[in-house]
Amino acid sequence: MNAIVMTPRDIAAARLYRRRRLVNIFAIGLACAAAVFGLAFLGWILWTLLSKGLAHLSLSLFTQDQPPPLEAGGLRNAIVGSLMMCGMGVAIGTPLGIAAGTWLAEVGNHRKLGTVVRFVNDILLSAPSIVLGLFVYAAFVMQTGGNFSAIGGALALAFIVLPVVVRTTDEMLRLVPVQMREAALSLGVPQWKVTMQVLYRSALPGIVTGVLLALARISGETAPLLFTAFGNEFFSLDVTGAMSAVPLVMYKFAGSGYENWEHLAWAGALLVTLFVLAVSLVARTLLLRNKISND
Amino acid sequence: MTHLTRIDAMNDARLAVAASVRDAILPTDAPVKIAARDLNFWYDRFHAVKHINLEVPEKRVTALIGPSGCGKSTLLRVFNRIYALYPKLEAKGEVLLDGENILDPKYPMNRLRSKVGMVFQKPVPFPMTIYENVAYGIRHHEKLNKADLDARVELALRQAALWDEVKDKLKESGLGLSGGQQQRLCIARAVALKPDVLLLDEPTSALDPISTSRIEQLVEELKRDFTIMIVTHNMQQAARVSDYTAFMYLGDLVEHGATEQIFSNPVKQQTEDYITGRFG
Repeated sequence: MNAIVMTPRDIAAARLYRRRRLVNIFAIGLACAAAVFGLAFLGWILWTLLSKGLAHLSLSLFTQDQPPPLEAGGLRNAIVGSLMMCGMGVAIGTPLGIAAGTWLAEVGNHRKLGTVVRFVNDILLSAPSIVLGLFVYAAFVMQTGGNFSAIGGALALAFIVLPVVVRTTDEMLRLVPVQMREAALSLGVPQWKVTMQVLYRSALPGIVTGVLLALARISGETAPLLFTAFGNEFFSLDVTGAMSAVPLVMYKFAGSGYENWEHLAWAGALLVTLFVLAVSLVARTLLLRNKISND
Repeated sequence: MTHLTRIDAMNDARLAVAASVRDAILPTDAPVKIAARDLNFWYDRFHAVKHINLEVPEKRVTALIGPSGCGKSTLLRVFNRIYALYPKLEAKGEVLLDGENILDPKYPMNRLRSKVGMVFQKPVPFPMTIYENVAYGIRHHEKLNKADLDARVELALRQAALWDEVKDKLKESGLGLSGGQQQRLCIARAVALKPDVLLLDEPTSALDPISTSRIEQLVEELKRDFTIMIVTHNMQQAARVSDYTAFMYLGDLVEHGATEQIFSNPVKQQTEDYITGRFG
């Protein structure tokens, strides 16, 4: 049996390989540290929420309205208000967003105006939500006699939903293979029917995901509601009057100094977080399914 | 110098022979279904198809071959005006389908699309059931009752040699089929409208060899009912499935004739270089 003889080239290669391995370990170590650092804060936030809020999650949270200081109560008026305004916000923003996104993907794609609209939409997407609230205050609340209303709140939330839905509709439609469009059109089917009957079907899970992500985002918004829905200590289903919302109550209660109010604020925070988590999970599942079916 | 003249002389002799062969086969074999007359095509300012004169015989398979970017797919896409979807594309000249110019803006798009079907490189079933995929186009053009529609869907799936594989799962998604089956579903979708002409744009380039030979057999069968034009990168495929072959290069139609003649005794040096693999 012959011993293996290392040529100088082998030795150089081995040295190079060792160096690359060390660099690799170092880089992976840094990446892991960064990931752990980020996740640690998320874990910390969740832990704080759970430890402070979990004890105060109870049935009375959903059956009683917000109490005066130092009395027992719940968040029923705020929860109902949040659900109503988020629902209306999504109901207003979604059809507009889908229509605009469809125009962008199917008509505006080849035009200068399309590029402009897409750019403006991106600006709206990153506009501070308090600015949107102020805008609705000036353009709607002031015009209706300075009357705070749930409709105003829903409008402000709709302005947050709109650009998200426009963006996802646009992107999901543009992800549909060009050849599917051409195949449908080459059957003699007119463009609008192709869009409604073929392209939407293909893009639907993505569009629904966009709507859900927008819902998750607005359910925690406080700023746009401050000058629009304003908040209401009492239970109300009147959309033309002031209405409460969970984030508004949290904003008022969290630093109030009254123990029972602070407990309710933590419970509300946990509730909103769990809601956002659930909605995001559903959105993720849908998006995953869409990816599989498009392959 | 003398060398060049000799090659020219040889080419001339070959031209004469081939022209007589072509004249013998082309005009008498079958009536002309589609004819391009001085057809030009521009992508904005790029002149992609130049002064094409081409006659496509009825119920025969005509293959368009040539290197990438030669304009063969572009030419195919003029024949059902699918190019009109996009801005800045322009076709000039005439394309006569049964003697009528389909490039005339007055030619009804609905009639054109129901007479000329197209199948694309990538199989793209619609996100619907197998049945709906085939019925979709029929529903748009004709009002049929359930039984008639069922019969038409079955006929189309049989013509596409897919019926036996899918007859028990018509209500399942078309996306669940294999690549080759998906492509045959796309063919069924196109033939369901009972078109006269089928345009196949590299229909097998995304498929495995077995699915490919399946589609090639199918083309053989389909030419009993349809006039077929097929764009292909695969010269063996052109030789196997087509009756006539047109060779394009840089937007020009270099040579057009019976497939046998093009592959055994091409008239032009360029054609010979391409089919023997010297370029392309």
